Amino acid sequence: MSRSATAPVPRSIRPGAIIAWTCLFVGGVIMITPLLFMFSTSLKSAGEVFDLRLVPANPTLQNYVRVLSDGRFLGWFLNSTLIAVITTVSCLFFDSLVAYTLAKFRFPGRKLVFLAILSTLMIPTEMLVIPWYLMSSSLGWTDTYWGIMFPGLMTAFGVFLMRQFFETVPDDFLEAARIDGLNEFTIWWRIAMPLVTPALSALAIFTFLGNWTAFFWPLIVTTDRDLYTLPVGLSSFAVEQSIQWEMIMTGAALSTIPTLLIFLFFQRYIVRGVMLAGVKG
Amino acid sequence: MTPSDHSGGGTGSLRLWDRLSVTTKQIVWAWLFLAVPILFFGVVRFYPTLQAFWLSLTDWDLLNEANFIGLDNYRKMLADPLFWQVFRNTFAYLLIGTPISIAISFVIAYYLDRVRFLHGAIRALYFLPFLTTAAAMAWVWRLFYQPPPIGIINGFIGMLGFEAQPFLRSTEQALPAIMVTAIWAGLGFQIIIFLAGLRAIPTTYYEAARVDGLGEFTILHRITLPLLKPTTVFLVVFSSIGFLRIFDQVYNMTSNDPGGPLNSTKPLVLMIYQTAFSSYQMGYAAAQTVVLFTILLVITMIQLWILRSR
Amino acid sequence: MTRIALTGRARLRLAAALACATALGPTLASADVEIEYWQYVFDARVKAMDTLIDAFEAENPGITVKQVTFPYADYQTRVVAAHAAGKGPDVVQLFYGWIDNFVDGGILQPLPGDAFPASAIEAEFFPIVGAMKRNEQYYALPTAVRTMALFYNKKLFAEAGVAEPPKTLDELVEVAKKTARHDNGGNLVQAGIALDIARQDHHWWRTILTAQYGGAPYSDDGTTVTYDSEAGLKALDYYLALQTQHKVGKEGFMDEGQAAFRAGLAAMVVDGTFRLASYGTIGSFEWGVAELPAAADGTRANYASYFANGIGASASGEELEAAKKFLAYISSPAAMELWQKEVGELPARKDVAMTEANLADPVFGPFIRALDYSQTTRFVDEAAQRQIAIDMVNRALLQGQSPADSVAEAAKAEQALLDRHFAK
Repeated sequence: MSRSATAPVPRSIRPGAIIAWTCLFVGGVIMITPLLFMFSTSLKSAGEVFDLRLVPANPTLQNYVRVLSDGRFLGWFLNSTLIAVITTVSCLFFDSLVAYTLAKFRFPGRKLVFLAILSTLMIPTEMLVIPWYLMSSSLGWTDTYWGIMFPGLMTAFGVFLMRQFFETVPDDFLEAARIDGLNEFTIWWRIAMPLVTPALSALAIFTFLGNWTAFFWPLIVTTDRDLYTLPVGLSSFAVEQSIQWEMIMTGAALSTIPTLLIFLFFQRYIVRGVMLAGVKG
Repeated sequence: MTPSDHSGGGTGSLRLWDRLSVTTKQIVWAWLFLAVPILFFGVVRFYPTLQAFWLSLTDWDLLNEANFIGLDNYRKMLADPLFWQVFRNTFAYLLIGTPISIAISFVIAYYLDRVRFLHGAIRALYFLPFLTTAAAMAWVWRLFYQPPPIGIINGFIGMLGFEAQPFLRSTEQALPAIMVTAIWAGLGFQIIIFLAGLRAIPTTYYEAARVDGLGEFTILHRITLPLLKPTTVFLVVFSSIGFLRIFDQVYNMTSNDPGGPLNSTKPLVLMIYQTAFSSYQMGYAAAQTVVLFTILLVITMIQLWILRSR
Repeated sequence: MTRIALTGRARLRLAAALACATALGPTLASADVEIEYWQYVFDARVKAMDTLIDAFEAENPGITVKQVTFPYADYQTRVVAAHAAGKGPDVVQLFYGWIDNFVDGGILQPLPGDAFPASAIEAEFFPIVGAMKRNEQYYALPTAVRTMALFYNKKLFAEAGVAEPPKTLDELVEVAKKTARHDNGGNLVQAGIALDIARQDHHWWRTILTAQYGGAPYSDDGTTVTYDSEAGLKALDYYLALQTQHKVGKEGFMDEGQAAFRAGLAAMVVDGTFRLASYGTIGSFEWGVAELPAAADGTRANYASYFANGIGASASGEELEAAKKFLAYISSPAAMELWQKEVGELPARKDVAMTEANLADPVFGPFIRALDYSQTTRFVDEAAQRQIAIDMVNRALLQGQSPADSVAEAAKAEQALLDRHFAK
């Protein structure tokens, strides 16, 4: 019944529609102007930074060579990738396992567990960083990958989102599997999980993006430059460089390119995933 | 170790497992699945929460043992003019940023929903900033806001013949300047959610309204907006929380005088960061996090209440 | 999670066992001892220290020194956090302004009098090292000291027809006026002097200009703020006039003062020895160094600061002996000469610094000559005191507060800070 493809658009194009389209288009271009200037400045030489034209007169990749040459950016990139991938995999596994259990099992304490996990959504990370820092420094977790990612290995948001989707999985499917003699873990993994793949991809997008761009906790828990994530590394790089804009913009571009590329390839899934998560979550 | 295989049934334990009723087996499986996550949420979420409350009642400073000092940290906070300045700033981000970003994203989504020509491309333009890293984009915006001869916005303003603006070097303009970057980064997400909400409205409503001869504005006012209320409430909550917790942009855009000239841009989270990790007054910082928690709780409660009275 | 947690705990247990072993002392002691040296990350400093460590280890077989480094921004927090966690360095570097925090926090132990007699320190080092003295005991010794000078862009000077760097504060204004350039809209596009209160200018105003106008920023015992005076106000007026009246510089121009100078868009900047290495990589123009301009009556002043090395509170027994030897080595004349060559900082011993070659050096000369008339301000919380100066300038520049009121407000805030500190 929803009007996804056939919106009530008048058949003849009215002048109003043309104006609206033009405004939308101009607005969209304004939205990406910061990104355009970021790339443009990263292609300018130090002396050309003052030339504020969008298209560089003498574009050069020299800044990229300089930024990448000492290997630090590559290290930060690998750190960020590793951390984002591991936390994403962990969230997909544990969040859906918990969500599935809460949606499909009947056991005493079910409601309590759900409410308890849900209630952690109310607690801002900022409130937890001081105890986390205390925990990390007394257990030697500062300046380790584990220290950076342990807070994000499971999320209440993921449990909440996935539970909404598991509830739509018909019980008959699961019963049939039980009669076939499959154990509960296999039923979840082989039968239930494939039925919620759109939700899994939505959760994957959010978790990956959230950890890829995370700044506050990594800033606190790492002091070893080799363990910085990209955002923290970029921030310290910018200050160290005594504000050489062409270098900073190159660093910013390098930290943006990966997510932009992923978006270009998976645009459809990402937009659908965000819509799913937003509507259900 | 796990009761995964109950086909053979040779040993005593397996026979015991077989004798369990289906309901009991379910209970065992459920707790087995939940064991690690419950441990995780207990150790990483609940215990630290309680600890934060406890620390807020102490004078812990990393160096010395924590001593219980009652509500002294809270008293100190209420008497600290910086706290009130930060409090005002935080609410300025929230109360100005949220309505503006919601209004802009709704208008864009409303018109974008009707566009067929290059719909995907235009949507992508609006959505792209959502995929960027706030810490990186803060530096891009910092370059935009520079004074002449290097600032891009001032270059543009100068071309049009207007006077250069101080932006981040002004006590009045710095906060709005940072807010713009936060609105910019979140707009794409809000537009996508509004689009999803608009599409979920059944077409029959619109057809009925047209049959009744209602005008565009009346349809928007009587049908679209009311039916979009859950989406709007969700976005208001989501974006409020985002503005209340703003940090990455402020930290990176004013790194040489953190929190802007005369603290004009400093939000609560930056104050927490500085109190805890620059002057290591952990107890005082914990008290500030409790305040942040309380504000978030109150705002979320208000939103839930609004949803309920739907 | 559990596995790693256990590893963490196991490590703590190991540390406890090691601590016991050290306490048992000679019975378990082996011939070899390893000590840890901590300093912040700065390429030239880390490399110079590596060289010194190699030489030290060659001279002292059986002692190894492990260098541990942290980023500057987190350095203090790291040292404090490690101390809180029961770990700590044997020899640790600290900014002189942190000494109170480090002594009060129990991070340092006093330098043993047998190896570092106070009389020898006072005879051989520059008097500014006296700031390391608490309760009649020295807590740390510097390898090198830093002073400030006027860096100038020779290319921009030549373009404006300026033959030589300004010698007085009035000349500085004249030169800055000649070298500053504005566009048609009146916007500064090239600064006569780069101004940046958050970096070095707060020292220029506080310790240098205030003294040149006949005042002092603090009382001799360091407990009272005294810059709320005619001298402090004149100093601030002079500083503010550069941007408000003469418009030869602007706070925030090119974001940061040193960035403006680096980019070749500022003819002058007040900066320290520590910037020599960074400015050394500038390729697009030649720069020079001059002593900071004198007041109209010829009064000169300068601000000297330093990083010092102290012995960690936890060092004892063999490690303490090794730490003493290492500290003595890195405070030796040979170490200072190497440090000057590699890092660009000035020797902390008078006879090593004041050589003829040094005094005549076009780059080091101005800095070294300044050591004669340098002051060291005793900070109790350097970051907070700097912030007070930043806010003072911003109130006057951005909110139209009169300089007199702004100085008074700053003095009040800083006095409260000092009172809190000395009440402890």
